[in-house]
Amino acid sequence: MPLHLEIVTAERTVFSGEVDMVTVPGSGGVMGVLPHHAPVLSTLRPGELHIKVGDEITYFAIGGGFVDIQGDRVIILADSAERADEIDIARAELARQRAQELLRNTPPLDKEDLFKIEAALRRSQVRLQVARRYRAQRGLDTSA
Amino acid sequence: MPTAREIKRRIRSVRNVRQITKALESVAAGRVRRAQQMVEATRPYSARARELLASVASLAGGETRHPLLAHRERVRAVALVLISGDRGLCGAFNSNIARTALTFIRESSFPVRVVTIGRKGRELLSRRGAHIIADFSPLPSRPGLLDITPAVRVVLDAFTNGEVDEVHLCYTAFLSPTQQRPVVKRLLPLLPESIAPSYPQGPRPAYEFEPGAAEILNALLPRLTEIQVYQAVLESQASFYTAQRIAMRNATDNASDLIVSLTLSYNKARQQGITSELLDIASGAEALRKMAEQS
Repeated sequence: MPLHLEIVTAERTVFSGEVDMVTVPGSGGVMGVLPHHAPVLSTLRPGELHIKVGDEITYFAIGGGFVDIQGDRVIILADSAERADEIDIARAELARQRAQELLRNTPPLDKEDLFKIEAALRRSQVRLQVARRYRAQRGLDTSA
Repeated sequence: MPTAREIKRRIRSVRNVRQITKALESVAAGRVRRAQQMVEATRPYSARARELLASVASLAGGETRHPLLAHRERVRAVALVLISGDRGLCGAFNSNIARTALTFIRESSFPVRVVTIGRKGRELLSRRGAHIIADFSPLPSRPGLLDITPAVRVVLDAFTNGEVDEVHLCYTAFLSPTQQRPVVKRLLPLLPESIAPSYPQGPRPAYEFEPGAAEILNALLPRLTEIQVYQAVLESQASFYTAQRIAMRNATDNASDLIVSLTLSYNKARQQGITSELLDIASGAEALRKMAEQS
C-alpha cells in the first residue's frame, strides 16, 4: 500500500498524491519513509527531498519546515518547495551570488537583514544542488 | 458660455480619462480574482499547521505554556500591525482602514506602537502622529510568505522581549466579493481559537518527536503567526483590488455621464452658432433689400 504524501507551502500545494517512498532532510538526519512508518513529527532543514513512484524518482528543493508522519500519511509543511525541473539555475545562481555578496560587503546589518540574507543563501544553495543533480542525471547542461 | 470648440476638446479629454479608468477597472477585476486564489492557496498550509500544533500541544501536555501562547496579566504597551494599500485610486479603502487603526489607538488605554505594511497606511498614520516603529512597504504585487517574514519578526521580537504585551492585526477582511470590512484581530498572544482546531477524536498516535516537542513548538508557533499575517495581507490585497474596481467603475460611469451632458451643451453651442450666423445672414439680406428699395 503506497504512502499518501502532501507537500504544502504557505503559497501553494506543491505535491499531493500517492508515492512508494519519500526521503526528507530531517533536522536529525535524512529520513527515508516507507509505508507503515512509526508516527514521527520532525522539523526539517533546508535540503533535498525526493519521492519514488515505481522506478521514477522526483527531486524537490525544500527550504526547511516540518514533517508529520502518521501511518500511511505524510504531510510536509515546507517554508519553500520546488520541483527540480521548476528551478531556474541561472536565477538561483544569481540569487546565491547576490546573497554572498551582501554578506561579505555590507557588515553593519541589523538582525532581520542578516537573517533574511542567510536564509536566501541557504535556499539558493539547496536549489542549485537539486537542480544540478536533476540535470546531470538527464545529461543536460548544468551551468545555466 | 464656452465655445463649441472648447467643449469638443473637453469631451475628448473626458473620453480619454474614461478609457483609462475602464482599463484600470478590468485590470483590478483580474487582480481580485488572483488575490482570492492566493488566499485560497494558503488554506491547506494553515489547516495542516494547526493540525500539527494540536498534535504537539495535546501530546506535549504542559508545553502549551509557550511564551507566544501565554496571556500577560499586566499590559503596558501594545503593537498594531496595519495592513493597507500601497497605492490609491481605490475610493475610501485606505482612509477606512486608517480610521479603524486610529480609533483603535485612541481607545486603547496603553501606548500603541505601529508597524505598517502598505505605503498609504504609513502616510496617513504618520500624519496623525502615530508612533510608527517599523514600516514594510511597498510589497510586491504577488507577495510571498518571505516578503512578510521581516515584519513578523519585528513584532515577534518586540513581543518576546517584553517591549509590547499584545500584538493586534488591523486589515481589511475579504468576507465575500461584495463585502469587505476593516477589522482588528489579536495576533499575539495567539488566540486559542485561531490556532487550536477542533481536536480530532480518538486516540492520538504515539508520536516520536525530532528533535523534541518543545523545539517543534518553538519553530511552529512563529510560522503560525506568520501565516496569519500573510493571510491578512492577501485578504487586504483582494479587498484593495475590489475597492479599486468599484472606484474605477464609478469613475467610468461618471465620465460617461459627463460626456452625455457635455455633448448636449456642445450641440446647444453649435446650434446657437448656426442660429446667430443665420440671423446675421438674414439681417444682412434684409438690410440689402431695404437699401435696394430706397434707391
